[in-house]
Formats: sequence, C-alpha cells, structure tokens
Amino acid sequence: MSETLEQAIGQAQHRNWLSRMANLQVFWVFIAAVLACLALTFMTDAFATERNLFNVARNFAFVAIIAIGMTTVIASGGIDLSVGSVVVLSAMTISVLMEAGNPFWLSALLAIGVALLVGAINGVLIAYAGMPAFVATLGMLSAARSAAMVLSNNKMIWEFGPDHDILLWVGGGSTFGLPHPLYVLIALTIVMGFVYRWSRWGQYVFAIGSNEEAATLTGIAVKRIKVTIYMFSAFTAGMAGILMAGWLGSVTTNLGTAMELTVIAAAVIGGANLNGGEGTALGAVVGALLIEVIRNSLILLGISTFWQGMFIGTFIIVAVSFDRIRYART
Amino acid sequence: MSRLKLSGISRSFGAIRALDGVSLELAPGEVMGLMGDNGAGKSTLVKIIAGNYRPTSGEIRVDDKLVEFNKPIDAQREGIEIVYQDLALCNHLTAASNVFLGREPTRRFGPVSIIDYDKMRTTSAQLFARLKSETRPRDVVRRMSGGQRQAVAIARTLLSHPKIVLLDEPTAAISVRQVAEVLDLIRNLRDQGISVILISHRMPDVFAVADTVAVLRRGELVTSKGASESSPEEVTGLITGAIEYA
Repeated sequence: MSETLEQAIGQAQHRNWLSRMANLQVFWVFIAAVLACLALTFMTDAFATERNLFNVARNFAFVAIIAIGMTTVIASGGIDLSVGSVVVLSAMTISVLMEAGNPFWLSALLAIGVALLVGAINGVLIAYAGMPAFVATLGMLSAARSAAMVLSNNKMIWEFGPDHDILLWVGGGSTFGLPHPLYVLIALTIVMGFVYRWSRWGQYVFAIGSNEEAATLTGIAVKRIKVTIYMFSAFTAGMAGILMAGWLGSVTTNLGTAMELTVIAAAVIGGANLNGGEGTALGAVVGALLIEVIRNSLILLGISTFWQGMFIGTFIIVAVSFDRIRYART
Repeated sequence: MSRLKLSGISRSFGAIRALDGVSLELAPGEVMGLMGDNGAGKSTLVKIIAGNYRPTSGEIRVDDKLVEFNKPIDAQREGIEIVYQDLALCNHLTAASNVFLGREPTRRFGPVSIIDYDKMRTTSAQLFARLKSETRPRDVVRRMSGGQRQAVAIARTLLSHPKIVLLDEPTAAISVRQVAEVLDLIRNLRDQGISVILISHRMPDVFAVADTVAVLRRGELVTSKGASESSPEEVTGLITGAIEYA
C-alpha cells in the first residue's frame, strides 16, 4: 500500500511529449532570443560589443520589471492598462520632490507610495466596485498621466536638487559592469518566482485567475488579494519610473507612453495566459528580452524600425497559438 | 441516534413558500437520495442544511444536538460539507492544490512561511486511496475526467472529517463509465460511516446507491422511505404528482 501511495504521489498522468514541449514556452522563447543573438553576432559587428549588450540589458530591464507585475495581474485573470501612466506619475513625483530639494530616499519612497495608491484605487474599483479590470485601468491610464502633467505643469525636469547624482547613479549607473536596473530585475525575478510557487498569496493569485468563484467558495479573501495584486503591479511600474528617471536624466510627461502594450506583449510572449491561471516570472523576463533583442537587431541591421510592430505582433500570435496546441489533446 | 434530523423546516421568500414543514432523518452512514422536479425546493433545502439560508421555522439537529446555522462555516463546523454541481475546482491547479485550496499547510523558516507541498501531496494521495480513486495528486485538474474531478471535490470535503456530505447532481453531464466511478465514491463514503445526501435527477443512479429516498414536490416532502420499499416508477409518480403521497 505504501509503495503504491508513493507511486501515486510521484507520478502524474496525462502528460505526453507534445504537451511537455508546449509547456516549455519559456524555454522556446528563450531559444528564439538566443538564436537571434547568435545570428546578430555573426551578421553585425555592433551587436556583441560590450556597449551594445549593456544597452540591451538595461533597456529590457525596465519593461521586464513591469512585465513581472503584469504577469501577476494577468495570471489572476485581470489586466492593468495603467502601468505606463504609473511610470510617468512615479517619475514625475520623484523629480518634482527632488527638484524642490528633498533627499532621494524620501522622494523615492513617496513616489512608490503614490504608485501604490494608484494600484490600490485600481484594485478597489475592480474588486469591490466590481468594475471590469479593462475599464477601471483604462480610466486610470488617462487619469494618472493627467495627474503627472498637473504635478509638473507639463514641464521637463532635468535638475534633481542636492541628490541629483544619486538618482542618476541609481537609474543609469552600473556595478561590476552590469546596469543597476538589471540588479533590480534579477532580485525581483528571484523573489517573485519563489512567491508564485511557495507562498499562499502566489497560490491564490493563480486560483483566482483559474476560477474566481471556486476561490471565493473555499473562503479565500479574493477581494483583498485582488487589491494587493494591482498594488503590486503599480509598485513594479513605480520602481521602473524611478529607475527610468535616473537613466534618462530628465523626465517629461511623455515618459512611458504606450509602454503598457509592450509590457503586456512581453508577459503574453512569456506564457502569461490572458484567460488567467498561468504565467511565470521568468517568462515575463524572457518575453521582454525577446522584444528588446528584436528591436535592437532591427536597428543594427539597418531595417526600418517600422517593422518592429510586425515582429512583436507575430510573436504574440505565435505565443497564443502555443496555448491552443497545449490543450488541443484534452 | 440520528446523524441529521430536520423537523418542520419551512422557508418563505416573500409570498412564496419554498419549503413547507419538511421533516427528515438521516442515520450515520446512510445514503439518502433527494429528488424532486425543478423548483420543488431541493436546492432551498440543501442551502438550509449547508447554512446558506436560515429556515423561516423548524429545527435542525446534528447528532441529536440542536444547531443553528447563520453562515456556511457554521454548518462546516458541525461536519456538514457540500460538493457543488459545478464542482468549484481551479482548472490550472493540481489535484493536491485543489484539495487544500484555502487551507494550505505551511512550514515556517524564520519570517517566511512556505506551502508544504509534500504534506499536501501525501495527504491527498491518502484521501484518493481512501476513495479508491486513481486520481493522482500532481495531476492538473484541467486534464481530468468528470469522475476524477468528482473525486477531487469529494476528497476536499474529507479533509475536514465530515459527518455529512451533500452531493449536488454529481452524475449530471458525465459519461456512463464515470457515473459508475462516482457511485463507487459514494459507496466508499458510506462505508466510512459518512452520511450522504445525494441530490439527483437520475433515477437509476439514486436507486443504485441510496438506502432511502426522499421526494419533494412544491416544497412539501411527499415521501421518505427505504429505497427497497420504493421503486423508480413510484418516485416518478411522486415527483410529477401522479401519486399524491407514499
């Protein structure tokens, strides 16, 4: 009896090679990105230079950081269209505060606080007022960018007070040859990979995305958890906003425009299921990496960047068709 | 001793009398088939037993003790568990995760507490073994058959050592082979001394496992007797009203 029990625990049914392969979407997207990198290394002299790789690593980190927040939202069955606006609101908050002479840490903390507030408003509208996530965050997309414009009077800010150099170091600097945003991304990926798998909160995110009614019936505090999910998404956008302010050295109210679309694309290419219930932190990172490699390669190969959308669009459709293959045999 | 005893349960919604003086008794390890047409009051009765509704009048006794349910959790504390018709499972999660959903055991490492997957898998494997089901803890629910899904939903109720399990239409919309599987699950529950109330439209399934049958018509209990003393024909007559009482 104990032996058969052991077997039961160890084994899983319903696994064939096709579903196994398709389940490794992250793996295939990663392979695609690696192949693109190899091809570029041989086709151009400019790709495998330290300078270019540094740029790629930094550029994709911003999208990838937010894509982890977005993956959490998507895995819970929602969507957050307001992340691009939260980026600019957070960047503008820290810029205005630092320009007025406040220290970096206080300003950063307040910028994150503003982002969390936006996320909390999103979450309450969705969980407690019962609004569709698409509509609530679409409203916030408009409102948060407007708030950033009001805050700055729509001016560009490029002087950040006494802690000017700290902000530039945090967002634009590097340590041991790696850009700082990449460190933030690596830490976030590891933490969230762990949280998704091993924490109750992570389990509930996927349970809500899979069957919200079932989650409610089993006594999970679905509404409260939903609010925290949107707060987390806004938190990642807020962090990216601070880092981008430091990287660019100047902040305008155009920052982060249409970024939500790239972020959603990265999450979906990385295996987040828009119907909820699926997604990984690593997938979000790999999806963002692939998008940045495509963008970079088009520039280096001298192809018009107008083609970029075509490639990303194709990858989104391929990623979603993976889903169809995966469940074709049930 | 009776495991569950309802006396004179009535429930009105405004002017509508959904249940009218229903009295029932369920013994330990007894399987009762609860039948009736749509709107006969089955789901109202189930919701009263499960603590979703309060009866307008009447008493509920569990193990001869008078109880009052204000919320579903009150009924659960008395050992009453319900398996919903749509099963309420999360398709993307494994069988083990579904069994423990909302009640995950955790282990603490300093400030962080992590889900104890080993314990979840071991316990759910034991529960599936008890139900003699081939469901495996690591399997994802999405790929399971209807019978296996029922096993997961029933295993979830076993986690809290229930006295009474209510099954709402467990054999609707599944294949014949899976029906046999589900009926075996019910027999296994009975063999462990758990009382089962089986709400079903399917006469052959009820008569295959039920010890007693109870029929509701327009909110009134028109029969409650041993399955061997009744017949599908009689029950059909009672449901439609061709037979007044039996």
